Amino acid sequence: MVKEIERAGIPVVHMCTIVPISKTVGANRIVPTIAIPHPLGNPALPADEEKALRRKLVEKALKALTTEIEGQTVFE
Amino acid sequence: MAKFRVVHYLNQFFGQIGGEEKADTVPLKKDGPVGPGTALNGAFKGEAEVVGTVICGDSYFAENMEEALKQILSMIKEYNPDLVVAGPAFNAGRYGTACGAVAEAVVKNLGIPAVTGMYPENPGVEMYKKSVYIIATADSAIGMRNAIPKMAALGLKLLKKEEIGTPEQEGYIARGIRKNYFAKERGAKRAVDMLIAKIKGENFTTELPMPAFDRVPPNPAIRDLSNATIALVTSGGIVPRGNPDRIESSSASKFGKYSIAGVKDLTGDTFETAHGGYDPVYANQDADRVLPVDVLRELEAEGKIGKLHDYYYATVGNGTSVANAAKFGQAIAADLKAAGVDAVILTST
Repeated sequence: MVKEIERAGIPVVHMCTIVPISKTVGANRIVPTIAIPHPLGNPALPADEEKALRRKLVEKALKALTTEIEGQTVFE
Repeated sequence: MAKFRVVHYLNQFFGQIGGEEKADTVPLKKDGPVGPGTALNGAFKGEAEVVGTVICGDSYFAENMEEALKQILSMIKEYNPDLVVAGPAFNAGRYGTACGAVAEAVVKNLGIPAVTGMYPENPGVEMYKKSVYIIATADSAIGMRNAIPKMAALGLKLLKKEEIGTPEQEGYIARGIRKNYFAKERGAKRAVDMLIAKIKGENFTTELPMPAFDRVPPNPAIRDLSNATIALVTSGGIVPRGNPDRIESSSASKFGKYSIAGVKDLTGDTFETAHGGYDPVYANQDADRVLPVDVLRELEAEGKIGKLHDYYYATVGNGTSVANAAKFGQAIAADLKAAGVDAVILTST
């Protein structure tokens, strides 16, 4: 899906936990996330900290979308 | 002659620990065969024996690859094996990745052979086919009966250091290794024969298959985020509660398009996951953990992004065929383009 969206000319960032799979499917902008069942959260944290964590990750994704890249890039 | 010693690697499911709720199981070992290990043991016909089984949860492995690999290798080593068999993993992505990684590490670090089995579309194939033998299997455990004898036969050949035949003969996925051999006819004749067959529309087998690279170059970056419309897409199965389109929990045949116009926060009352390949507890409590609508609304209110698109798109990425995923992607992309969306955040579980 990532590749087809990219192919259509829309910049796309893939947020996922298993980065090697993301690379294999051909994502170009990749942001690693927390865990498989909760990529953008951490139920062990209090609600406000969890949201702050999610915001940080989404901001990273937005940064990836505004960064020119040559090939597959992981935004750690 | 003493029997060869074999260690079998399994995930929590085939290792009979439990389902997705046990996917965070840390590596453990059990003496003798477990689950499909019994059939594997039988397939060795007394020439080799499954002396131990190492089991690890799929999520634990995927999220802690280096550490998990270290623990698994040291457990395998304790059994002093001659061969390691991993899986088969069929079309399970995390499991396939784990089987490939374990098999590769065994060959590299322990210096003994390893065999695994996967469906050709398993992402683990692309990652590990060059370094390990992967028997091609069906996409689900229905293929167990076919896969086990092939894995055992190849394992025995490796143990006895017999010559390994071609991928077609042995049933493994081509590793890209070229082997010299004496052909009956010279190259020019073979090439002309092939050409004639091709012109006649007959079947022919190329001697040098072209690798199928399908890479899409990255699009230029977004220049002005504060004027951009961002859309959310997910393979994590987030759907309005009740799953109105009945997206399948695995091998999805469709995707859904759902309005989030005016929605500030996804809650357990309004959204849930339809995904059957991960523990749904956390996403069902708060779907923002998979589809971050709440923080994108904040960023929208603060003017950091122009707009969060009124619709998001979701499917279940769990054993979904590559062909279907590509089809969904094309349809979603066309819809997004028509709506004037500038960029996409795609989340996966």
